[in-house]
Amino acid sequence: MSELILTSAPAHLRHGSNIGQPLTRRDGILKVTGQATYAADNHPPGMLFAVIATASIARGRVVSLDVAAAKRHPGVVDVMTPEHKPPLAIDPEIKTNPFVFRMEVLQSNDIRYANQAIAVVIAETLEAATEGAALLAPAYEVQPALVGFDAGESFAPPVVGVGNPTESHRGDVEAGLAAADKQIDATYETPPQYHNAMEPHAIVARWEGDKLFLDTPSQAMVMARGRVAELFGLAPEKIHIRSPFLGGGFGSKGFLTGPQILGVMAAKLVGKPVKLVLRREQMYGPVGHRAPTRQRLRLGTDGEGRLTALDHRARTVSSTFDDFYEPAADASHTLYAAPAIRTSHDAVRVNTGTPLFMRAPGEATGSIALESAIDEMASACGMDPLAFRLKNYAEVEPMTGRPFSSKALRACYEQGAARFGWAKRPLQPRQMRDDAGLLVGWGMGTATFPALMFQAEARAAIRRDGSGVMEIGAHDMGQGAWTALAQIAADSVGLDIDRLDFKSGTSDLPDAGIAGGSAHTATAGAAIHSAGAAVIAKLADLATSDERSPLFGAGNAGVIAREGRLIRRDDESRSESYAEILARAGVAEIEARGTGAPNPAAMEQYAMHAHGAVFAEVKVDPELGQVRLTRMVGAFAAGRIVNPRMVQSQLFGGMIWGLSFALHEEAITDRRSGRIMNANLGEYHIPVNADVPPLDVITVEEHDPHVNALGIKGVGEIGITGSAGAVANAVWHATGVRVRRFPIRIEELLVPS
Amino acid sequence: MKQFDYVRPATVTEAVAAAAQPGAVFLAAGTNLLDLMKGGVSRPDRLVDVTHLDGLDGIETLADGSLRIGALVRNADLAHDAEFARSYPAVAEALLSGASAQLRNAATVGGNLLQRTRCAYFYDTASRCNKRAPGSGCDARDGENRSHAVLGWSESCIATHPSDFCVPLVALDAIVEIEGRGGRREIALVELHRLPGDAPDRESVLEPGDLIVAVRLPPAARGFAAHARYLKVRERTSYAFAVVSAAAALRIENGRIAEARLALGGVAAKPWRARAAEDVLKGVAPIADAFQKAARRALEGAKPSGDNAFKIELARRIVVRALTLAAAGTPARIPALPASPFASTSGALHV
Ligand SMILES: Cc1cc2nc3c(=O)[nH]c(=O)nc-3n(C[C@H](O)[C@H](O)[C@H](O)COP(=O)(O)OP(=O)(O)OC[C@H]3O[C@@H](n4cnc5c(N)ncnc54)[C@H](O)[C@@H]3O)c2cc1C
Ligand code: SF4
Repeated sequence: MSELILTSAPAHLRHGSNIGQPLTRRDGILKVTGQATYAADNHPPGMLFAVIATASIARGRVVSLDVAAAKRHPGVVDVMTPEHKPPLAIDPEIKTNPFVFRMEVLQSNDIRYANQAIAVVIAETLEAATEGAALLAPAYEVQPALVGFDAGESFAPPVVGVGNPTESHRGDVEAGLAAADKQIDATYETPPQYHNAMEPHAIVARWEGDKLFLDTPSQAMVMARGRVAELFGLAPEKIHIRSPFLGGGFGSKGFLTGPQILGVMAAKLVGKPVKLVLRREQMYGPVGHRAPTRQRLRLGTDGEGRLTALDHRARTVSSTFDDFYEPAADASHTLYAAPAIRTSHDAVRVNTGTPLFMRAPGEATGSIALESAIDEMASACGMDPLAFRLKNYAEVEPMTGRPFSSKALRACYEQGAARFGWAKRPLQPRQMRDDAGLLVGWGMGTATFPALMFQAEARAAIRRDGSGVMEIGAHDMGQGAWTALAQIAADSVGLDIDRLDFKSGTSDLPDAGIAGGSAHTATAGAAIHSAGAAVIAKLADLATSDERSPLFGAGNAGVIAREGRLIRRDDESRSESYAEILARAGVAEIEARGTGAPNPAAMEQYAMHAHGAVFAEVKVDPELGQVRLTRMVGAFAAGRIVNPRMVQSQLFGGMIWGLSFALHEEAITDRRSGRIMNANLGEYHIPVNADVPPLDVITVEEHDPHVNALGIKGVGEIGITGSAGAVANAVWHATGVRVRRFPIRIEELLVPS
Repeated sequence: MKQFDYVRPATVTEAVAAAAQPGAVFLAAGTNLLDLMKGGVSRPDRLVDVTHLDGLDGIETLADGSLRIGALVRNADLAHDAEFARSYPAVAEALLSGASAQLRNAATVGGNLLQRTRCAYFYDTASRCNKRAPGSGCDARDGENRSHAVLGWSESCIATHPSDFCVPLVALDAIVEIEGRGGRREIALVELHRLPGDAPDRESVLEPGDLIVAVRLPPAARGFAAHARYLKVRERTSYAFAVVSAAAALRIENGRIAEARLALGGVAAKPWRARAAEDVLKGVAPIADAFQKAARRALEGAKPSGDNAFKIELARRIVVRALTLAAAGTPARIPALPASPFASTSGALHV
């Protein structure tokens, strides 16, 4: 990959600072002209192609493979199997840290889920490798597959999500329910869903002696490098990962997956560079997914519609060989002010690839159930759903009693409702029709997502010519890191964005942490901000301690950095350019590092969340049951908005995911074989353009002095929460039919006419 | 990929001869066939590419008023032919409700007629499937089968034929022109596809080497242009196969139905012509009662083949609606969302 040429012309407006400007994507021209190099676009000389053969059974073992037939096929170079593979330095089953997940990299002949890799064929062409894989004709010893919520004994997992307690409570839920004037008890089901990033998982691996070069999409390059290092017994510095662009990740590229490691092993086996790209159907298994859930909610209210208790229990599934538990019930911790709340989880093990993080893990599944239940409760109380939510508005975090670091949810409700015209909503369902006789329904949901921070580092430098450099191994998954982080970087060193060389997307740069948990802009941004401030402080030291400088004696606090100059704060007529300062000092470049990290004291003291309110209108054919979203307004408060254009795209994307969750998306698993029957984008339905009406996003002002230095809360995931429930509630309002199994199917709405 | 021969015959006769060999199949646009080959569902030894044959891509009106559509006419070209859409609006609407713009630009008339079922077990080579591997069994029968057939299925196969295009075509008595080893012959489209019986692998009455060269709409088909609709219920607004669909066409004279045509899609292994329902409508006023009665008649004998009882009730409702829409008159322009229950939604962009 040659140096990236990022464009900032022509759509950039700038008035003063960079942060807050709706810059267009600096990598946009590269992308639309096909010049952006994604992992699979790399073709080092001599590269071979690797294709995975996958298991068609979900449980059992491989008893034979026709390796000879595959090898006889013209062009096939080698076939990697459990019996013929390069050794690993450690057993991949060993969890060396909580962020290590088990993977199938040909360590045995056991099969734990359908689509698991059972061999890798390496050939001179993709076609030869593909046919070689087909010729392997595996024979299996089949065991009955464990499928579905009732596949086996349920158990309480030790933790859910990332270290959340399996059970949490505050107050006495049973007493609260017993004392309630009205109660509801409803069970909701959500299906398995797959990330389906447009770009499949891919790797181009090249060994040079004990050095390893990898092109592979990653949401966490340094963590990925660590995993490769331990598996292959290499020092991390020997491994160089490039991941400048991802064609989406949604969590599925957060951890290196088995297939990516197989690509590295294949390259080692044949001693040549190897490319391995998953086929779409092969992404349904080894790269994580959103676990299905069955959630029971019991709510009670007093005579005035105030919640007396909220009990949220979630059943989920995990794989037979690892532990990840969708923390669905935890969605009830933060939103509604019930005096008694209990959340709990249990799970069963099934023959599936381990479910993992998928855009708003726990929050999305929990939100659609909670927002449906709140809607049901409002209706039981005869109250407008917004009025009901306001009545139960949480002034402090209900589960912990902590104050919020900031919470502009009331403003979200107000602005969203006003834009949508919510006040005209009839209380009863099935009251509205359009001119064509279609049923019209309005629903809403509250959105929330925690404002997280991870760890990141950045390196900033000012060069002799007055230009700046910011280095951080950040990840652009399509969300716009190349743009938004560069905006923060430019401001941090007081330079025009075009005077800043923003380096990102490779593992040799300072660790930007992970692009997940909607925390990348906040975390990497904080590191950039502090690195920039540090390098400016050094520059200021140089200037203010040099008697030849017009800034001499101004002291550190006495200067500000703007447009490539340090300016005396109390006398703006006295200033000096960066270039002048460095030239006089005879320094070629001045550098500093900075870090971004959570602030434990603030976290202890405050509950930190982004919030939002989503309003949806659907139309439903009264006899035929087909549903279509016709309007959706989302108002979100997520702290500081670094780039309104990118943020709007993230929120649009999230809202479309919410629509998809409510109406479309589902992996259909054969209940006998455990195979997924719609593992392709023709039949695994996600919304197409015709399903998505013009969406309306409002970003509500919110200043948060506690979350991080820049006041950023993150917008990557919140859009899906609230939205799914809003659509589902709108379907109820249109039809009077409460569907509790998602996605909502046509047959559920075929009420007798 | 599996090795196969690729031949590009210069004439129809050569094509027929080349495809009469065992293991040979015709390749048109390949939007279905190549997917099946990539998945190992079809493993032909020889592809006979017909896309370069001359004279099969025309749309012509014959002296007797019939319309003849060459087998290589692209789905999109046919639907966007203004004269065609005016004369056979339900067919154009059905075409535009299928697949995506990209697929319609490629897919041919012949390929559309002979596209294979979307039964997931047919596509999944690890499943038992009597259609793909005769005698192996049918994993759909006790599997995930909510979209399977409710009419004309057998214990050996419950798959449906997925084409939208075929549904109004059978309603309008379309005729298929076939060139075979014995020369040219023609059959009614409604006779082309077979019900599964105990040989679901034999999907049509075509013999090895038989090439569809054209589809013909008889003169009478034009008579329904004023009252013809296609309606397709699906799981998203566009780019999805029908859960159930119906084509309804009426000839209304003096306030009464002089002649009705009705066919259903997504319910059986073939486009399902509902003649009994048509009979019910003959001579009656186009009112709801009559449509209800026709709908009941159309689904007589329907039975669920799995988790799909809802399709029977849905099909009845679709019949009523399609007839109601047809009676109301063909819209001047094909709706932006063709064949959709949301066709009337204003402001929608054409898909
Ligand atoms: C994602 C997706 C969504 C789709 N959605 C829809 C939908 O909603 N509605 C719908 O109706 N269709 C849909 N389709 C199917 C599409 O209409 C068919 O794939 C297409 O019409 C096939 O035409 P083709 O020219 O590509 O045929 P090919 O794939 O080339 O051939 C299909 C079959 O027909 C045979 N054949 C082709 N031409 C002739 C001929 N002249 N004589 C004899 N045999 C011939 C071939 O041998 C092959 O068996 C969809 C397809 C895809 C991939
Ligand atoms: S329904 Fe027909 S196509 Fe589907 S698995 Fe059974 S035999 Fe095969």
